[in-house]
Amino acid sequence: MQLGRVIGNVVATHKDALLSGLTLLIVQPLTHAREAVGLPIVAIDSVGAGAGEDVFFVRGREAAFPFAPTLVPTDASVVGIVDHWDTVDAPR
Amino acid sequence: MILAKIVGTVVATRKDDRLLGTKLLLARPIDPAGAAYGNHLVAVDTVDAGVGETVLIVSGSSARMAADLKDCPVDAAVVGIVDTVQVVEERRRDAREP
Repeated sequence: MQLGRVIGNVVATHKDALLSGLTLLIVQPLTHAREAVGLPIVAIDSVGAGAGEDVFFVRGREAAFPFAPTLVPTDASVVGIVDHWDTVDAPR
Repeated sequence: MILAKIVGTVVATRKDDRLLGTKLLLARPIDPAGAAYGNHLVAVDTVDAGVGETVLIVSGSSARMAADLKDCPVDAAVVGIVDTVQVVEERRRDAREP
């Protein structure tokens, strides 16, 4: 899983039937220092996240698991809203 | 999933039997602002998308969960046609502080 920030959303009226009713979020992956890293992805929301919130998301086949037993065709899902995270200096 | 713009179609007469009847599209990944990046990719269409449209593409084994692609040898599928992309102006956490 990776940390990210929700920076927007996508609207798609015509989509796979198993995606109907689900929210599509644009998530910018973040480093531990809250710096943007890599390109934003589109992830399905499973926890009620919205723009501006820090979240963590899961990629790959496991991204469909929050919607089990439905096999939703997604490779990225937001599975948690982060209250805060703390880091210490990396070991040398 | 990623955003992409459909830039063409791919025709292949000889292909894996499980791909018979599928429509193959050539897509270029784009960022939320619409700028292209990376290499073009071939994706199976499941939503009747066409050239010039912005779409959602699901990659990896999850692509097989799209409609009618069970057990198909695919790793990219078009699963949605994008109407709008809204990016909220990103505000840095420290920008709110005086």
